[in-house]
Amino acid sequence: MDLKIRGSVHTPEKHDSAEKHVTGRADYADDIAAPEGTLHAALGLSGVARGRIKSLDLSEVEAFPGVVGVLTARDIPGVNDVSSTGRHDDPVFAEEEIAFHGQPVFAVIAETRDAARRAAKKARIDVEELPHVIDVAEAIEAGYPNVTEPLTLQRGDVGPALEAAPHRLAGTLRVGGQDHFYLESHIALAIPGEDDEVTVVSSTQHPSEVQHMVAHVLGVPSNAVTVAVRRMGGGFGGKETQSSLFAAVAAVAAKRYGRAVKLRPDRDEDMIATGKRHDFLIDYEVGFGDDGRVLAMSGDFAARCGFSADLSGPVTDRALFHADNAYYYPTVRLVSRPLKTDTVSNTAFRGFGGPQGVIAAERIMEEIAYALGKDPLEVRKANFYGTGERDVTPYHQTVTDSILERIVGELEEDADYAARREAVLVHNASHRIVKKGIALTPVKFGISFTATWFNQAGALVHVYNDGSIHLNHGGTEMGQGLFVKVAQVVADCFQVDLDKVKITGTTTAKVPNTSATAASSGTDLNAMAAKAAAEEIKERLVAFAVEAFDVPPEQVAFEPNTVRVGNTRFPFPEFIKKAYLGRVHLSAAGFYKTPDIHWDRAAGKGRPFYYFAYGAAVSEVSVDTLTGEYRVDRVDILHDVGRSLNPAIDRGQVEGAFVQGMGWLTTEELWWDEKGRLRTHAPSTYKIPLASDRPRVFNVRLADWSENREPTIRRSKAVGEPPFMLAISVLEALSMAVASTADYCVCPRLDAPATPERVLMAIERLKGEGQKE
Amino acid sequence: MTAIRRDIRFLLNDDEIRLEAVGPNDTLLDHIRLARRLTGTKEGCAEGDCGACTVLIGRLTEKGLRYEPVNACIRLLASVDRCHVVTVERLAGPHGLHPVQQAMVAEHASQCGFCTPGIVMSLYALWLSVPEPGEAEIETALQGNLCRCTGYQPIVDAARAACALGNPAEDFLVTGREAIAAKLTSFDGARVEVEKDGARAFLPADLEDFAELRADMPEATIVAGATDVGLWVTKEMRDISPAIFVGHLTELKEIAEDEAGLTLGAAVTYSEAAASIRRMFPHLSEFWPRIGGWQVRNMGTVGGNIANGSPIGDTPPVLIALGARVILRHREERRILELEDFFLDYGRQDRKPGDFLEAIHIPRPAPDTLNAAYKISKRRDEDISAVCGAFALRLDGDTVASVRIAFGGMAATPKRARGVEAALQGKPWTEETVAAAASAFAGDFSPIGDWRASADYRALIARNLLLRFFYETSDIGEPVRLSAMPVPEAAGWT
Repeated sequence: MDLKIRGSVHTPEKHDSAEKHVTGRADYADDIAAPEGTLHAALGLSGVARGRIKSLDLSEVEAFPGVVGVLTARDIPGVNDVSSTGRHDDPVFAEEEIAFHGQPVFAVIAETRDAARRAAKKARIDVEELPHVIDVAEAIEAGYPNVTEPLTLQRGDVGPALEAAPHRLAGTLRVGGQDHFYLESHIALAIPGEDDEVTVVSSTQHPSEVQHMVAHVLGVPSNAVTVAVRRMGGGFGGKETQSSLFAAVAAVAAKRYGRAVKLRPDRDEDMIATGKRHDFLIDYEVGFGDDGRVLAMSGDFAARCGFSADLSGPVTDRALFHADNAYYYPTVRLVSRPLKTDTVSNTAFRGFGGPQGVIAAERIMEEIAYALGKDPLEVRKANFYGTGERDVTPYHQTVTDSILERIVGELEEDADYAARREAVLVHNASHRIVKKGIALTPVKFGISFTATWFNQAGALVHVYNDGSIHLNHGGTEMGQGLFVKVAQVVADCFQVDLDKVKITGTTTAKVPNTSATAASSGTDLNAMAAKAAAEEIKERLVAFAVEAFDVPPEQVAFEPNTVRVGNTRFPFPEFIKKAYLGRVHLSAAGFYKTPDIHWDRAAGKGRPFYYFAYGAAVSEVSVDTLTGEYRVDRVDILHDVGRSLNPAIDRGQVEGAFVQGMGWLTTEELWWDEKGRLRTHAPSTYKIPLASDRPRVFNVRLADWSENREPTIRRSKAVGEPPFMLAISVLEALSMAVASTADYCVCPRLDAPATPERVLMAIERLKGEGQKE
Repeated sequence: MTAIRRDIRFLLNDDEIRLEAVGPNDTLLDHIRLARRLTGTKEGCAEGDCGACTVLIGRLTEKGLRYEPVNACIRLLASVDRCHVVTVERLAGPHGLHPVQQAMVAEHASQCGFCTPGIVMSLYALWLSVPEPGEAEIETALQGNLCRCTGYQPIVDAARAACALGNPAEDFLVTGREAIAAKLTSFDGARVEVEKDGARAFLPADLEDFAELRADMPEATIVAGATDVGLWVTKEMRDISPAIFVGHLTELKEIAEDEAGLTLGAAVTYSEAAASIRRMFPHLSEFWPRIGGWQVRNMGTVGGNIANGSPIGDTPPVLIALGARVILRHREERRILELEDFFLDYGRQDRKPGDFLEAIHIPRPAPDTLNAAYKISKRRDEDISAVCGAFALRLDGDTVASVRIAFGGMAATPKRARGVEAALQGKPWTEETVAAAASAFAGDFSPIGDWRASADYRALIARNLLLRFFYETSDIGEPVRLSAMPVPEAAGWT
């Protein structure tokens, strides 16, 4: 008998689809054999940023060879809206008003995708153009409205506290947005069924919402619509709400023509027509003491939300929730400004506003350090949340689980921070062209959806009478390894080898009313639900054994691939067969909701987060001061995932998040022209990191001593988003290299993304300021 | 009259394919995915920039059968005539995963898995050709593959680990070499004409056949590597019919090195030219691998980079600084032109209807010439230049005897900085001279601002690149470029 099962919790099990990934046998939505006669849809996008449609002439589109028909807003049987927040501000197709360049106006359905795409170009849309606003600052100036209610978080009276502070400074930080650039674009395949039914295969993180939106657009109840997704080729938040539009168009077409319809936009269309990470314009004012401790902090967080609300409310809320990052602000006032702009509606993206909050906190630490001539790390440490004192956040939640001092202390030592910083200073003193910079930044990230009701999950577990197990839950697999982690938990519950647990695709027909796989919560929620289902089946099995074999319950044990009843050991399948014959119900639905969380948004008070995840990174860079080009020389990370369910998967999340965060802060630039057109809408113009951009030396370690203080699934912690923000250390290291050109006297206020251009221009600016002095 | 074949013939994994209905706009990727249902190869961007569609293409060359990774999304189907196309489905055998696949699994190098088949194919090509790849070779092999999930470290680790697994000599592409070559040879080399829905594609039998076809069809689109034309098809949905494919013409693939210099046939790819370029122009060793990604360099041609007339092509400024000339041909007539004179204005070149670019001649620099070429882009690899600057300088003692400076990204065409050159000519090669001459850039160029760079940044970069060239040609006792900075020791904590 094996002493242990294969693939239990806390083991570095490979991704369940790894072999399918490398052989090309993993099916994505576009790979599934489509039903006979499948039609293809293409979207017709607006060519102006804002205006009124005077006429829409689609005659040439309809006449194009291979075209079956066109759909406009008038052809929508239900409601022309896919607004995730129920605000009715997110039309499938523009009706009279054009709200952004690239907004879908119609769809063309044809026999082939090629014919549909070519036909879509034949539309003649006559639009009366209206003035538009692209940028956050312009929107403020033009008095544009908010797309959703702003939030204020405050503690104490910040005005007098600023007045009273020995030092005081104010500044502005511009932070660019980010395209998700999942490698698999959006896609939906809708297959019509009987009566009002339709099944949609959608690349989505939120099957239940897609289901509800498709029902809403079709004008049918949710029970008519099934949404399924086996896996996505990446999501990162971009497939939380944005999938609905594609699914809805495919479903409307499928019902109308009685044939399956696939809609897969081209990469450029995907990037133009779907939302991204919010750009922010952050104004801050901070008062602090000689020791570098913040005494008062005031921040105004204006965000480019685009034309509709989408998730901008919770995203801008989360920016405020993280504007403290790891630091205690004795007096604080934070205000969000979720601004409307005439651009695509921005949406969820890994971190969900958190990164834009954290980056402001880190800028403030940097400002204080330059103002006082200190090592920024010293300022950071002086401001860390305390234990039992200085521990209340701007939203009045007490931080009780901080392990940052230990994390930062270990990292500082392991990465040899002090000596390396000294070496950087020495290098910069003796070199005039290539300058270096180093920075250590921490992260504290709150885990839970701030919309409390989303913190629930369901799962469905069947044990078949041959002992094989079927696992299903509401979480979706986008590459993050959720499925294998949940399967490890279930295998552990039953004490069977991992390969006895069949992982199955997400479908709204099995587990209803699920939350988006988002907010890093996939494993926390779904693994708990799956565990609940498994435990329920186990309870029935124990009861059966007690009755059938006349033993007390404590003598029934699930041992590796075996069930022990008294002194008898049955192989798991044999025991299951007996239970089946004994008429035991071998299927269970499990449910979980996160305990102890609450949030009063109007008051700005509560406990929105169940716990915090922590981490820290040291980055060292070299900068060419003639061109602004740079290289990330070394990165050391120590990150907290609690007691890891799967250290290989978790490590992959940390590394991947860091590099993605680095892309956000360095080379990924969204650039709109004066006509409101996004011009960086494909990999030729929008540059995400490549293998050669990753740090020359990349040391990543999980804090293996950490355990979640809350009873989460096996004391693990969420991992998807928190490490994204560790990349802020790269931005600050670049900033230090820039600062060296002016003898570290001025905080460079390097905005993001710090493209080579922005770095060089910051150097030039510092030169200019140096001359003025 | 040349014999005409009316189908294209190629090998797809183990199958021989003959297709009659092929249009010039058909892509290899669509054929693989839609017609053959080989869905392992993915479409990520349809513009040759993400690598999710990477396949290997084997073709007959003078040195035998040569396999290279390419982007199937912009590789036009007609151009795979007489080639062997290898997709990810062919890799895993009856005995299990290929060593590259095993290593990818063992290193946890896939997350969402969508980019993975393309990455496997690039690493497979590397595994076949480089026994123990170093960091730089691995990164170069991955230049054309984007991954959004992993951060790449495990992929790089897998590339290294794969070398310890399996033996390339036993791989089916090596053991099957002769049989595959024989098969490809048996697809005769006649002119090929194929058509679909009235759109026509021509593959001339040889250079003479091409010269005639070209003169007869001056309106035809010439397709060499399709790294630009492919996007006209996939993105602009332009109909490129009639199209004449030239990437297979051995006469246009000739590379001749002699005392006078290097002559490249117009269809020589960046990859094919690389060895000669490195040998004759060592200053381009760092520059050349920054053109496109690996897949793009295996398809794209130096001739195409010139003939498309782009103001931001990487090679024209470099070649202008070196004094390159182009050989234009119309039937049997040839014209030789200074490359800088070929570019007349934005989108306009000195080319008459029916002309085609036959070859590029790059003179061998005088031994005492100081040369440099710099590319500035947002991302180091696989990016399009914001600014590209090239310098060629000869000193007489400390005095500038001759200087040629050319820039891309600074004007509507690749162009020389004649004002700056004049300001340097005959002056002592000092920082003062350089600083003074740099102000002449303002007269030479009025760059535009766009998503790659603002006008101010471009103007500043031009001045600073001259300064960099000065520093690099003078001993200033410190590294001038990032690549000259020591890389930190790989040993970190474990």
